[in-house]
Amino acid sequence: MKHVIPLALLATCGFAAAETPRQIADGYAATQAAGFQPSAQRGGEFYSRKFGVSEKMPACAACHTEQPAQSGRHAITGKDIKPLAPVANADRFTDPAKVEKWFTRNCKEVVGRECSTAEKADFVAFLMEKR
Amino acid sequence: MQRTLALVAMGLISFPALADRMPIPADAPPAFKAECGSCHLAFPPALLSADDWRRVMGGLDKHYGDNATLDEKTRRPIEDFLIRNAGSGRRTMGAGVPPRLTFTDWFRHKHDEVPAAVWKDKQVGSAANCAACHPRAEAGSFSEREIRMPGGYRHEHD
Repeated sequence: MKHVIPLALLATCGFAAAETPRQIADGYAATQAAGFQPSAQRGGEFYSRKFGVSEKMPACAACHTEQPAQSGRHAITGKDIKPLAPVANADRFTDPAKVEKWFTRNCKEVVGRECSTAEKADFVAFLMEKR
Repeated sequence: MQRTLALVAMGLISFPALADRMPIPADAPPAFKAECGSCHLAFPPALLSADDWRRVMGGLDKHYGDNATLDEKTRRPIEDFLIRNAGSGRRTMGAGVPPRLTFTDWFRHKHDEVPAAVWKDKQVGSAANCAACHPRAEAGSFSEREIRMPGGYRHEHD
């Protein structure tokens, strides 16, 4: 019986973790002022911007390519990276913890700072529309 | 004496097998493969020493030119696992600082027949990209029979 509660909690967490890209974008948007709408256009501009902070990873496209519906390649190790766009990879933007982890790492590395929630909302919106 | 002979024999038998088959040890925490296998192969822990792994896991914010930060509750079990299964002796010598398993004497010896053109091939990109030539690396298999080098180079047996 002692194990039932942790198991139930685990099951709940597992269930709660699965979201759609739309829910994840909306979750970020909800932290903004009323009237904020995630913008695929702004997200696309951000995706293509050359930040130039990291020598080998100046922009998102350094690893994810200009065509995020296609496979990418890690700019340092050369390992294949599955497509970032949900149209080509249904697992993308479905696990909020995973999404946050990668935003945290890659924003610091590529952008040189944490990304704002508005930028994250736009970024997800852009990739959701990418075909 | 018998014990020594047995150890030597075991060493002789196990060495080539160990080199060909390096599956991820069964006591790996669930996060190991996801966290250490996204940007590169989830490397076999036996290829670096315990001190090397401590150094790697103690500096994840500056991880070979990338940010690989983990929260502590994920990082700690991975570090413990790597140290538990770390290698020792000749296999891990020469890794340097920061430790690179591709710099060890053992790794260099194993790859001394690989032509320079293969290392420079765009399909390879870096020596850490095991799967470029070892198609079953992810399954822990590095058998010479399986080697497929880009550019059609063939592995010549000794």
